[in-house]
Amino acid sequence: MLEVRNLTKIYDGGVLALDNVSFSVEQGEFLAVIGLSGSGKSTLLRCINRLVEPTEGQILWNGVDITAASQDELLRIRRKIGMVFQHFNLVTRSKVITNVLAGRLGYVNTGRSMVNRFPKSDIDMALKQMDRVDITDQAYKRADELSGGQQQRVGIARAMVQEPEMILADEPVASLDPVLAHSIMQHLDQINKEDGATVLCSLHFLDLVHQYADRAIALNDGLLMFDGAPEAIDDEKFKEIYGKEAERVG
Amino acid sequence: MKKQRSLFKSIGLGLGILLVLVVYAYGFQVTQVDFAETSSEVRLTQLSRILRALAHPDIIEFEQEETIAKTPIYLPCPEGGLELPEVDTSEPYLVTDVACAESKENVIVEGYHLPSGSKGPIHFLTASGANLQLGNFVVAGDGTFRESVRMPTRQPVAEAQYIRATARVPVGAPMLTDTAIVTWDKIVETVFLALLATTFGTLLAIPISFLAARNLMSEIKYSLTSVALTILGWPLGIGLGLLLTRWLAMLSEKLSANSLLTAVSMVIIPLLAYALFRWILPLLGQKQPGVFVRISRLFVYLLIAASGIIFLQLLAQSALTVGQALIEPLGPLGFLGGFIAQLGDVLNISLPVVVALAGGAVVGSPMSALGQRISDRYAARFVKIINIVLSAAAGALLFILIGAAINWFYQINDLYKVLLIPGGVGALLGILLAVRTDPKDLMPLGSTIYMITRTILNAIRSVEPLIMVIVFAVWVGIGPFAGVLALGLHTIAALAKLYSEQVESIMPGPLEAVQATGANRLQTIVFAVVPQIVPPYISFTMYRWDINVRMSTIIGFAGGGGIGFLLMQNINLLNYRAASTQMLAIAVVVASMDYISSSLRKRLV
Ligand SMILES: Nc1ncnc2c1ncn2[C@@H]1O[C@H](COP(=O)(O)OP(=O)(O)OP(=O)(O)O)[C@@H](O)[C@H]1O
Ligand SMILES: [Mg+2]
Repeated sequence: MLEVRNLTKIYDGGVLALDNVSFSVEQGEFLAVIGLSGSGKSTLLRCINRLVEPTEGQILWNGVDITAASQDELLRIRRKIGMVFQHFNLVTRSKVITNVLAGRLGYVNTGRSMVNRFPKSDIDMALKQMDRVDITDQAYKRADELSGGQQQRVGIARAMVQEPEMILADEPVASLDPVLAHSIMQHLDQINKEDGATVLCSLHFLDLVHQYADRAIALNDGLLMFDGAPEAIDDEKFKEIYGKEAERVG
Repeated sequence: MKKQRSLFKSIGLGLGILLVLVVYAYGFQVTQVDFAETSSEVRLTQLSRILRALAHPDIIEFEQEETIAKTPIYLPCPEGGLELPEVDTSEPYLVTDVACAESKENVIVEGYHLPSGSKGPIHFLTASGANLQLGNFVVAGDGTFRESVRMPTRQPVAEAQYIRATARVPVGAPMLTDTAIVTWDKIVETVFLALLATTFGTLLAIPISFLAARNLMSEIKYSLTSVALTILGWPLGIGLGLLLTRWLAMLSEKLSANSLLTAVSMVIIPLLAYALFRWILPLLGQKQPGVFVRISRLFVYLLIAASGIIFLQLLAQSALTVGQALIEPLGPLGFLGGFIAQLGDVLNISLPVVVALAGGAVVGSPMSALGQRISDRYAARFVKIINIVLSAAAGALLFILIGAAINWFYQINDLYKVLLIPGGVGALLGILLAVRTDPKDLMPLGSTIYMITRTILNAIRSVEPLIMVIVFAVWVGIGPFAGVLALGLHTIAALAKLYSEQVESIMPGPLEAVQATGANRLQTIVFAVVPQIVPPYISFTMYRWDINVRMSTIIGFAGGGGIGFLLMQNINLLNYRAASTQMLAIAVVVASMDYISSSLRKRLV
């Protein structure tokens, strides 16, 4: 279980990106995070694995306070949290398999990983997860030779070899066409249903939210505006989340 | 209103133009511009002499076969007639149209039976033995020549003096002149000078560039407790490392006195270390090791490290001995033996430094971790008290070290001034810092290291290698080694800056993604940073190689060896034909290296 308590983030420039946000997520839940651009979705997800240092508040995960973890503890927490990005964030000059194996870095011996020597079991696991997202053929290509959809699947495979208990997906489909978007969302769904990982996924399209999420939270200008089932977002709620002028599409 | 403004504008413009004129006028005076000089006759003849010499680089010569013919001549004509000698017309011989002449009189010289096509000078041999060149001749197809020469102005001499023609024919294949051979030697030296400087510079610039990259360093923050313990731990570790190597060196010196013992221990010691390692292996994997396990682990690590050091010391010693022994028997390949010996020496010199640094890291990093744990675990009050004590000690140590460095330069040698005052000030500043900051605040250690590294790099970079080499030439003697050191040092500073800018401009996304997997700092650098910087690193290294080739050709002007030294000597001796050979060599080398590196660059990047 993940509990976010009174989370506040003020960036160095003084921008209040998260304002006293509290919510909790059950293990194995698929939570969608919605909100306008600039509402603080990315900041929220990055606070959870402390890629961004929270200014105030607590994040408890299975009873452990992530915000109070020391550097070493943080590394051990991070390796259990996979992250998927809008722009894939692959090391484009490296091979696909190297990108996937990077997901094992939190587990392997530093010295061996420096010379790119991963244990056989890790390589097998990487190949298996790549097979699940159907990119085994591309294993030895350079990452920048792949199409956007393929690159995002590499990103998902990288998260999966972490044997994650939680996945943070920051707009994983925003740079993909609708067909690809569904296939990527299905992979996330698979990790959620088959492997039992909690998924926190920020999304722009409500139909995707309806289709995949168990629950949704909504941010507006750093404030938590909504927390409930996706079906409960009626016209009134919609206007609260997206502003008075917003029109529902789809 | 409008008119007034345009008036001001034109006054301003006029003043501006006037100012520019004054600046250039002053510039002309300061730089002593004198165009009359460029067209004065004396200067022009000197210029044409140099240019002609430069156009005749001294590269190729032929072996010459000389044929000499002589004829006597009286200067002036003796009173009472003279006796004409018999001429052997079967041999090459000379005749003159007159048997005697006055000073400055023209005489026609004819030569016969000389090798056709040969040429050479006509000399006047004085009674006192001096040679005065009167002119040159070229022998025609029938083996004769005819030249009119003017007699020199001499004191009257009673006996016969001689006119001599030296006919020279090139024989055999063209040969390189001595100048060309020396130039070749020196140009090889020059290229290797550039190669070594670039290699050393690049190897050291790579790790330093990470220290000088803001995006990597600004994330490194530790609590004050940790920073203070790190500052205390590093010098301690360095000291221990130095002590250890010195102690082990005595041991390995005893071993290396006997060559058999050396060989045996060089086999046994690694085996022993490996056996130890195998024995300890099961203990390494333990998750929650007890005190006993920890201590024995530490002990075994120390033993393995010590045997490694002894092994390297023995290796260095035997490389030195073997290398020197090989120089003689290898003959022309003797430089390989010299190289092995030098490698042994390098190992010998660098081992204490490396061990000292490793010792610093080995003691410093657990102390840093300990500090971090203390500030993470304990209550703020308690941490604050610890911080005050530790940062007072760390501040005192830091300032005493700085004091010692200053003392080394200025030789103050006053215990009170170089030890007590800096120690006191440092301790005070440390206490102040600990009191003023929140005990659990993170100190920007990385940014501080970044700033210091950048400052040092900028300082070094602003000194030209041509000036640095003067210091190095005093240190290691005039010669190419001084050049390697100076160019290498400048390469480190220049490349580290260029490299670090590349690190700063990498894409942050992949870095973030690798960090998010739980990778530690070293892993993040290897997996997310290195792949992104390889291409720019290669192209900057090649760019630096081009610069170093150019620099190495002139570093000899300041005592750095290579072809520059030779060139400067020849210029000073007004030996322009030799200088021309060296300039030509430089041009060829620079152009061809440019070509090679640009075609490599196309292929690699
Ligand atoms: N590194 C940063 N420094 C300063 N301000 C930042 C930084 N990152 C984000 N912000 C600000 O914080 C606020 C929230 O940004 P955030 O990226 O979390 O929004 P978002 O909901 O993810 O938007 P989008 O849908 O466009 O990705 C914005 O106003 C943004 O300008
Ligand atoms: Mg975002």
